Amino acid sequence: MTSLPDTTAKKLGLVVDLDICVGCHACAVNCKEWNASAKSAPLTDYDPYGKKPDGVWFNRVHTYETTDDAGHGQTVHFPRSCLHCEDAPCVTVCPTGASYKREEDGIVLVNEDICIGCKLCSWACPYGAREYDENEGVMKKCTLCVDKIYNENLPEESRVPACVSTCPAGARSFGDLGDPESEVSKLVAARGGYDLMPEQGTKPVNKYLPPRPRQDGRGGDKAPRMLTSADDSTEGAGLIARWVDKILS
Amino acid sequence: MHPAKSVIFFTTASGAGYGMMIWLAVLAALGMLPQETVFGLLVFGLAFALIVGGLLSSTFHLGRPERAWRAMSQWRTSWLSREGLAAIIGFMPLGLFAVVTIFGIADMALGVVFGLVGAAMALLTLYCTAMIYASLRTIPAWHNGWTVAGYLVLGPMNGAVILAFLLAAFGFEEAAGAMRTIAGVMVIIGLTVKTFYWKHLATAPATSTAGSATGLGHLGKVEMTGSPHDQNNYLLREMGFRIARKHARKLGRIAIMLGFWVPLACLLVAGIFLDGGLPAAGIALLFVAVVACQVGITAERWLFFAEAKHAVTLYYGEQAV
Repeated sequence: MTSLPDTTAKKLGLVVDLDICVGCHACAVNCKEWNASAKSAPLTDYDPYGKKPDGVWFNRVHTYETTDDAGHGQTVHFPRSCLHCEDAPCVTVCPTGASYKREEDGIVLVNEDICIGCKLCSWACPYGAREYDENEGVMKKCTLCVDKIYNENLPEESRVPACVSTCPAGARSFGDLGDPESEVSKLVAARGGYDLMPEQGTKPVNKYLPPRPRQDGRGGDKAPRMLTSADDSTEGAGLIARWVDKILS
Repeated sequence: MHPAKSVIFFTTASGAGYGMMIWLAVLAALGMLPQETVFGLLVFGLAFALIVGGLLSSTFHLGRPERAWRAMSQWRTSWLSREGLAAIIGFMPLGLFAVVTIFGIADMALGVVFGLVGAAMALLTLYCTAMIYASLRTIPAWHNGWTVAGYLVLGPMNGAVILAFLLAAFGFEEAAGAMRTIAGVMVIIGLTVKTFYWKHLATAPATSTAGSATGLGHLGKVEMTGSPHDQNNYLLREMGFRIARKHARKLGRIAIMLGFWVPLACLLVAGIFLDGGLPAAGIALLFVAVVACQVGITAERWLFFAEAKHAVTLYYGEQAV
């Protein structure tokens, strides 16, 4: 049923720390590796060894640069994946019941056996979390590694989503965001974790932690984003440099 | 949004088919619908062909068309599901309306009842189609009342223009005259609705921005400097369609001219010719109105998709949607 559950026992999700992420794409690659042989397999690639490789990924890492009014810039690496929203619009628009949100843990999944590939769910998602598999004719998305996090054949420390276990910087955390006492909830509270596009009314479960304010050794001002003009003065220059400057100017 | 040919054909064709059905029912209720077998077979046949052709075409863009029947099950939450159900249920009264009108197997009073119920189902189906688009908050160009008004008006407008031509071509003067008036009024309403739709697109404040999409807006202007992939992907193909602004303007003018002004002028002048004893010229002009209307509405529908910006593009360089 594509009606959303009133409440879910748990709200499993991710917390992504934008202050730590170095943009190495390891989360995206390990996500692809796990899911290409798991529940949603195959994660089709088109023209994988050709000139225009393209395919289904559940995790994409963007890099943004912000520029404030004073021209100071900051680079932020930004992993983007399904946020397992409480009011998931991708679920309610589904005409077949293939899209659903689990009552027990809040994970949003696609039943690929009944999906008709109408793509309406991907239109309803503001975050680009759903990617259509042209070869299979069905929609695919992040499963929060549902086949990994409950897998008793794996050692307990491995029972986290692939993107979390692989992150070399420790920028990703996994847990129950519905439990205010969980580690992830405490992290969100301590660091001011926020929702992406709250105005879309989706109530995302996943949270993002903002980059910390820039530390600067020379009195609070950030480094300029780029050089604005050439340096005209010879102050502090050596003897030869001053001599060359005199000849040239 | 990527303008898929199958969906453009579906919405325009089934819109015109349902529009014809609605006016056939109105004519029947007014006692003006000619009960002639050849005419009946042709108009009802054409209306059903447009509706069924459109619905079939809409299944072509599915990844798994053989599972299309499953789309009927989630009417509690999904407008797409409701649309499918309304379309299927509507075939019953519309079919009975056609059979009673063409073959006279029952009293026409009963035919009128079937017709009006069928017309209500046709309007409901058009409303569901509109709501598939209007319910998507991710696409502000669609998430407004003008989208609904557009679908409810343009289908019936197109159907009225087609019927005005067919009635005149078969020489049913009284019904043809009434239909020309209805078509003219619908064209004026249609032009008004689309004008307000485009005005809304141009003036509505943005729903989301690159700042709110990343949550980095407080740090200043947010620009993507590194894409996750250096080739295209599904998101960019489906949702990242961009139309050059000069083409949008040109196509907008074509849609307004051929979709509304040319049909309106043809309807008015055709009326003068038909009343003035020049039926051939009048009928020819009405045919021009039908053809212009199809081209214009197709351009309008193409723009409806191509001009609509999706929130996901904010992650790929768009500043606001």
